[in-house]
Amino acid sequence: MKIGVLALQGDFREHRISLEKLGADVKEVRLPEHLEGLQGLIIPGGESTTIGKLMVAYGLLEPIRAFGQTRAVWGTCAGAILLAKEVGRDQPLLGLMDMEIERNAFGRQIDSFEIEIIVPFLQSPEEPYHLTFIRGPIINRVWGEAQAMLSLPDGRAIAARQGKLFATSFHPELTNDLRFHQYFLELTKSESTG
Amino acid sequence: MEELVSGFAVKKGLAEMLKGGVIMDVVTADQAKIAEDAGAVAVMALERVPADIRADGGIARMSDPELVLKIMEAVSIPVMAKCRIGHFVEAQILESLGVDYIDESEVLTPADEAYHINKHDFKVPFVCGCRNLGEALRRIGEGAAMMRTKGEPGTGDVVEAVRHARSVYGDIRHLQSLPAEEVMTFAKNIQAPYELCLQVRELGALPVVNFAAGGIATPADAALMMQLGVDGIFVGSGIFKSGDPSKRAQAIVKATTHYNEPKILAEVSRNLGEAMVGRSAVNLPDVEKMAERGW
Repeated sequence: MKIGVLALQGDFREHRISLEKLGADVKEVRLPEHLEGLQGLIIPGGESTTIGKLMVAYGLLEPIRAFGQTRAVWGTCAGAILLAKEVGRDQPLLGLMDMEIERNAFGRQIDSFEIEIIVPFLQSPEEPYHLTFIRGPIINRVWGEAQAMLSLPDGRAIAARQGKLFATSFHPELTNDLRFHQYFLELTKSESTG
Repeated sequence: MEELVSGFAVKKGLAEMLKGGVIMDVVTADQAKIAEDAGAVAVMALERVPADIRADGGIARMSDPELVLKIMEAVSIPVMAKCRIGHFVEAQILESLGVDYIDESEVLTPADEAYHINKHDFKVPFVCGCRNLGEALRRIGEGAAMMRTKGEPGTGDVVEAVRHARSVYGDIRHLQSLPAEEVMTFAKNIQAPYELCLQVRELGALPVVNFAAGGIATPADAALMMQLGVDGIFVGSGIFKSGDPSKRAQAIVKATTHYNEPKILAEVSRNLGEAMVGRSAVNLPDVEKMAERGW
């Protein structure tokens, strides 16, 4: 299975390592032609403004939008922001998912945190997952085809799915627990197109 | 469900998110906006860029909190600020402002000639400079969650940045080749914590993200440092001391992403206007060498 990781900026290497541990053939995507032949794409954590501007500069916005119509895309943190239709400020977005996301919703870096949560849709759901939030966003609202998938104990949504599109506010790539990457690989194989 | 005390993973994690990006020195909120619009992953808020600190002489201290706060309000990207080496009260003040990273920096005049800050005491993460593996691991031992090779700030001369990156990565390659029984003596010789030497030998890399800094003035300089193996780039005086800061900033951002594509590097290097006026780092008198500061 050939999976791309958008490698303009951010922690793309960590996604690459996680995917390779699961046996995927991983390609780094920096230019539109690198999308060819891929079955799925991960947009990593990083700075969403930087990644967005580089997508515009190298003509990646439209090709990734088209890619996301039929194939799986997962955004973590900055990647989730880029997938959203609305973020409440002017910056380049893919706008693929029916959701409104709030950047830096928990505050600044000193408010970054880790938490262990049961994630019912993963393998071995009884095992809590260690979530890392770094200046993370919150999913304020979903509509249309998008569904909130996971929330913090206070009810704020931190993961959403719309067909083969998947967004998380946190960073599974920073842990050694591969269950989210496993989940994404299964999503790339699924028949659903949204 | 259990909330955990946010520890080293979260401190180090922010640096992971900055990888492949450019962190730019800014001295006003307007410059911070220009940097953000050009694609900077973070800005370093300070009163004077290193080239001006050199020119002005005197004592360089933490910036006015008012300036730091204005820059924090102006941009959505992370904001870093510098404190003097060993000046843990400046660090406490910066932490209370809510800056996202503190740079315990040799660019400012050191406040302590023997000891660095115990960075484990803080919730805010720290970045520190290094010239070699021993210095990097001493800083990490004190709690630094990100490193940068020092280079020679404010010169526009990349030679020291190259020297320091080659030294760090050369030492790592050497350490990896050693049999286990030689690691303790290696640690002793480079004056680094033994446990961290073992970790580097196992990882084949520093345990935290490492950027290049000090003397980077062109897109080609940035790509050179990336090809030498650093995770990202700090540009100090190189942007706002050049003829067309916005254009140069965008070009350095693109060069840091596409560091392995000479055609793209050629494209972004065209018509950038004047680079900052350089100063040969090798010919600086010893007292003016900022990289020598730090113990």
